[in-house]
Amino acid sequence: MPESYAEQYFPVLVQALLAMALAAGLLTVSYLLGKRVRNRVKDMPYESGMVPTGDARHRFSVKFYLVAMLFILFDIEAIFLYPWAVVYRELKMFGFIEMLVFVVPILAGFFYIWKKGALDWSPDSTLNRKR
Amino acid sequence: MDSFIVISLIKIFVVFGALMTILAYLQWVERKVIAHIQVRPGPYRVGPHGLLQPLADVIKLITKEDLVPPYVNKVLYLAAPFLAITMALLSISVIPFGPKIQVAGYQTWMQLTDLNFGVLFILGISSMGVYGIALAGWSSNNKYALLGGLRSSAQMISYELPLSLAIAAPLLISNTLSLRKLVETQDGWLWNWNLFHGFQYVSFVIFIIAAFAETNRVPFDLPEAENELVAGFHTEYSSMKFASFFMAEYANMITVSCMAVLLFLGGWVAPWPAAYGSGYVPVVIFAVAGVITIWRGLNPRRKRDRYTFPPFGVVFLIVAAVFLVPLLQSALLPLFWFCAKTGAILFLFIWIRGTLPRFRYDQLMGFAWKVLFPVAMLNLLATGLAIAVFS
Amino acid sequence: MELILFLVFAGIAVVAAINVVVQRHPISSAVSLIAVMGSLAVLYLLLGAEFIAAAQVIVYAGAIMVLFVFVIMLLNAGGETKAGRSFVASLLGVPVLVALLALLAFFTARIYPRDTEVHFGGFRGGTAQSVGRALFTTYLLPFEITSILILIAIVGAIVLARKELE
Repeated sequence: MPESYAEQYFPVLVQALLAMALAAGLLTVSYLLGKRVRNRVKDMPYESGMVPTGDARHRFSVKFYLVAMLFILFDIEAIFLYPWAVVYRELKMFGFIEMLVFVVPILAGFFYIWKKGALDWSPDSTLNRKR
Repeated sequence: MDSFIVISLIKIFVVFGALMTILAYLQWVERKVIAHIQVRPGPYRVGPHGLLQPLADVIKLITKEDLVPPYVNKVLYLAAPFLAITMALLSISVIPFGPKIQVAGYQTWMQLTDLNFGVLFILGISSMGVYGIALAGWSSNNKYALLGGLRSSAQMISYELPLSLAIAAPLLISNTLSLRKLVETQDGWLWNWNLFHGFQYVSFVIFIIAAFAETNRVPFDLPEAENELVAGFHTEYSSMKFASFFMAEYANMITVSCMAVLLFLGGWVAPWPAAYGSGYVPVVIFAVAGVITIWRGLNPRRKRDRYTFPPFGVVFLIVAAVFLVPLLQSALLPLFWFCAKTGAILFLFIWIRGTLPRFRYDQLMGFAWKVLFPVAMLNLLATGLAIAVFS
Repeated sequence: MELILFLVFAGIAVVAAINVVVQRHPISSAVSLIAVMGSLAVLYLLLGAEFIAAAQVIVYAGAIMVLFVFVIMLLNAGGETKAGRSFVASLLGVPVLVALLALLAFFTARIYPRDTEVHFGGFRGGTAQSVGRALFTTYLLPFEITSILILIAIVGAIVLARKELE
């Protein structure tokens, strides 16, 4: 059975539609069948039985922002590894040296952020201490 | 083309139905295994050995009150479980379960579709899984939910890096991103599998650890750390919306287990060729299981075992007989090996949950960045060097 | 079939892109932007650029947008306040936009004639293999320079974060 380009993606499309239909169906069915009893206490945000205080949305540690930023950078590095891996047998040693040249600056950056303490999440990290 | 569409649709519905059943029963298996680890019987009331428990759970969850709290961001609050479950169910479409088979004159692969970039497809889908959790946490407008969602997203992106590096290492050996071709390069004997063939023990371990973190399983289930965050990102979710996140989690577990099997353990390939008798392994296993079950039924430890065990034994014996039919062997044997390997990894997931305590958050993030990432990078470079030198 | 798929996903991309601008709350805009990225990836797939499509989802939708969502969560940004409406803007905005788009479409059609290669399944050179071959032989220098770029960005991220902490 020769597989054309369109045929490859047909099952993915059907699966996506099926998954979406199931997800929507589940949410709708439980919406229709579930009974609803509302009262004031039920409509409060859950805070282990305490009366909720203040706004739920606080400002969070800059660490989360930093980790997302670093993730982007290393993710770009990781995505380059895949085309490299699939043609590796054609490139052999040349390919290895290419990748070494590519990876060494990034690993240098990695050890820089490590030394700067950006990877420490405990309260006594260098980034916080030098403040 | 027409027969192609019909075959594809049949395959999709069969796989979808099977996946749904497995999702429901994985929960039962997990509860049973954990119960036995903790020396208690587990679900036992609904049906024999609690086998109808999943059905009862579904009925219960559907008829529960469907609460949409007034303080949430409604659109995103509803979009989050929708997104989580859709993304989780999508990746099964590229997983191959077996080789090409012949059904009623039609040749077809035991796979919904084979994409040239199947590995990247699954990576992309799993990277979208973050949003289900992040949005659920944010839209709930609840302190626990927001903390859980934020922690969980940071954890998932941190472990995605070692995960993608660990996936790249076996790809260096197989040189393909197509999951079907990936298995074909590992055909033959046990030592042709990427795990043994390429000495990929390190990347296999990293893959498994990162997979635990990606699916938010113990010991990395920080986002739903009960004792500090109640239920984490899904604190404010009830009824089927709550269950959706669990379905997504279990579907993701199945996907990563399949990926581990395909990348490292040779997919549907038997440990040794059928010429050396690997085809009789399932027969022996099911026959022995059937005989033991019937024997236990005839000499019961508990009174009701007399009635529940023999039917199971008969079913096992029938399954063993089915594996002897030559016509079905070409389809069933690969499926058996694939399911056996995937099941072993799923069992590992449950086993670990019954064994290990939870990480602390700073340890968790430190472990991903300071241990897994450099080790995975070095392993990848070492693998590359070894291939360049020895080939 | 391909035309329908193209129209559906191009439509999603355009509607979501408009939604990015129209929505008042930053997180709704961010979610719309994710939808834009996702449908762009499907459009790449329709063109046969499989690797680019995967990279689009993994890097843009999966990594960069996570940063956006995090920043919105971190800053606890609320809905933006509506600026006073300029009379000239409300009068001329839409016509000028339409004229701009028409000009752009006209010149694009003039400069780039219809290519027979560009249809669903017509181009098969977008696989990871082809990208890899091009990247690691012909375009080796840009690739190696990328790593320096990433290094600079890593240092920049740390500097920015330190400033934020102080």
